[in-house]
Amino acid sequence: MTESFFTKAISRRQALQIGAGVTVAPFLIGSLSGCSGASTSGGGAFSFLSTQFTPVEEKQRFEKILGSRVKDVKVSYNSMAVGDFTTQVTSQVKAGKVSIGMVGGLHGDLAPLAANLQDLDSLAKEMSGAGIGDDLWKLAKLGGSTTKYIPWMQATYVVAVHKSALAWLPSGADVKKLTYEQYLDWAIAAKKAAGKPVFGFPAGSKGLYHRFFQGFLLPSFTGGQITTFSSPEAVTAWTYMQHLWANMNPASTNYDNLQEPLARGEILVGWDHVARLVDAPKAKPGDWLMVPAPSGPKGLGYMLVVAGFGVLKGADLAKASTVIKALSQPATQIEVLRQNAFFPVVKATIPTDLPPAVLLEADAAASQRASSNALLSLPPVGLGTKDGEVSQVFKDCFTQICKEGKAPAVVLGQQAKILQGILDEVKVPCWAPDPVTAGETCKVG
Amino acid sequence: MAADTRQRPKRRLSPAFLLILPSIIFMLLLFAWPMVSGVLQAVRSPDGFSMIYINRMLADPGFWAAVRNTLLLIVVLLPLQFLLALVMALLLQAKPKGQGIYFYLWAVPLGVSDLAAGLVWLSIFADRGYLNSVMDTLGIGPVSWLSYQNYGSMFLAVVIAELWRATSLVMVIVVSGMQGIPKDYDEAANVFGATYLQRLRHVWLPLLKPSLQVALILRTILAFQTFAVAWALTGQDFQVLVGETYRWYTALQNPNVASALALVVMALSMLAAVVYLRVLRDDTGSGK
Repeated sequence: MTESFFTKAISRRQALQIGAGVTVAPFLIGSLSGCSGASTSGGGAFSFLSTQFTPVEEKQRFEKILGSRVKDVKVSYNSMAVGDFTTQVTSQVKAGKVSIGMVGGLHGDLAPLAANLQDLDSLAKEMSGAGIGDDLWKLAKLGGSTTKYIPWMQATYVVAVHKSALAWLPSGADVKKLTYEQYLDWAIAAKKAAGKPVFGFPAGSKGLYHRFFQGFLLPSFTGGQITTFSSPEAVTAWTYMQHLWANMNPASTNYDNLQEPLARGEILVGWDHVARLVDAPKAKPGDWLMVPAPSGPKGLGYMLVVAGFGVLKGADLAKASTVIKALSQPATQIEVLRQNAFFPVVKATIPTDLPPAVLLEADAAASQRASSNALLSLPPVGLGTKDGEVSQVFKDCFTQICKEGKAPAVVLGQQAKILQGILDEVKVPCWAPDPVTAGETCKVG
Repeated sequence: MAADTRQRPKRRLSPAFLLILPSIIFMLLLFAWPMVSGVLQAVRSPDGFSMIYINRMLADPGFWAAVRNTLLLIVVLLPLQFLLALVMALLLQAKPKGQGIYFYLWAVPLGVSDLAAGLVWLSIFADRGYLNSVMDTLGIGPVSWLSYQNYGSMFLAVVIAELWRATSLVMVIVVSGMQGIPKDYDEAANVFGATYLQRLRHVWLPLLKPSLQVALILRTILAFQTFAVAWALTGQDFQVLVGETYRWYTALQNPNVASALALVVMALSMLAAVVYLRVLRDDTGSGK
């Protein structure tokens, strides 16, 4: 029934169910963090606290992997929202009573905790043969000189293409090496030929479209994200976005992910997070392509979502090392990819019996990263609870520039002030692709 | 005894005060305290009193859209609701056959949560909803009623849904007000040959004024709190003040700006109530 009925209702309903829970949320959060605090301190099992795999199915699948792959240590896995996670970690370290064995989180979750994490240089040395990329090791230093976490798994965003849309590809364009100009020309030609726009964009209320501006469009056009926020190149980028949006399906403002409209055939081409595209090719994998994001004047900007393992000061490093090494085995990481669609960071041959959609994505993600002009961006680092507000700045830019047709230069000028206000409040340094200077508050340019 | 006389001048709490003390404590704890802390949250930053949260709210492009939408909704919705409620009450007054059933049917929306009402109307106005199916069958072609590109139809959908949901409240108040009016006035006017419209204008409406005033204040305050229906139908494309408060509190995790928005809702509601009380003051009553 959900398939045939309007999807809008479903996504809104879910949003509202969450809304209904808001009133009880404080109590729930209170009791949940209380529970995990209790369970981490008792039972004798080695506690692994993480911000990942919070949906219960994902958590159960990961617990199964832990049970079968980590033999030497009995691990109890707890996952919670990043705010509670940060509170748990900092309060335990501050109190000097650390019951959490190890932590796992996205780069941006771990960065604000650097002072609470042990140096893992010796473990990193032991694992140097695992095939983890140098760029990831560099990130794992969190702007300092020592390794603060061991890379765990990664994800990114790619473009899904239904093969029928290839007919309208501009002549001379290689779908695996598109430029933003070609992407736009393609959207225009496809709209003309199909009689309706066939490019989609995850611009729904829970969509990740702000990551497109932060990690793809703006870095590709300006080389930066925050330091070039209102530069003339950024104005060009947003003017481009105006044109692109005019040739995208306007129902995109209801898309929380693109796999559903793609699978329904409502749209044929679209950019989104790999986990939110993976169901599109499920029925007919042969009809689909997954390709890297387009590149712009400053390169192929792409956002890497990387998670890592950290060990808290005062925790048992030997036990943690055993668990981390077991979870860094290629076979274990492939199992995580198969079950929870996060890609390995270690060198691992992707088996051919994976779901076809995962194989397509693995290929696209690999060629995106290996591209000669690749320009790596990260999700905002160290913003904590302000992450939503920074993302909102980019969403507001989109609303005003693309949906309401306001002049990019004016909107960017106004939003730059708001953005600077937020950054001044949290006093964080910039993050990739902007130049990172530790201890210096990021300046909006 | 001497000690007694010396202690007597010491003020003793009057029984009346003791009787209302529980409700005073109740109000202070559950009403005044949260309100004061809400106000403080809106105007106090870690560095002391500041306007940053209020300025942040004012600079947000969603804020003015929300103010505009909320006010527009009230201006369009309230007259329609009162007109409808009055017509419904007068119809019931004429005592048609099965009036009890009509009354209960019309009062049904009172028992439906606003969220459920919003979802019901969403199933009608959605792109593949009932309305579009009917129109498609008739060959008129589907319309994206709730698309952000059709502000008019989006607004209309919210107005219709709210009209359906909240008119019954006004009706119930008006009906109960009518039941309190003695029949003699109407009969007297009838004897003197007044037409129906004349009786409505000079007898019923003036006597209904107190109930209309109550309904108006209640409905306006509730209209400032419109949220679930608009949210269910349009998501964030049709912003309203309480919706923005919710967004700042949950999605953006900024309780300070959310408090500032809640203050705006409170100030507007209070202003509206004061205006109504002054404009609709019962002059004949105060002259007594």
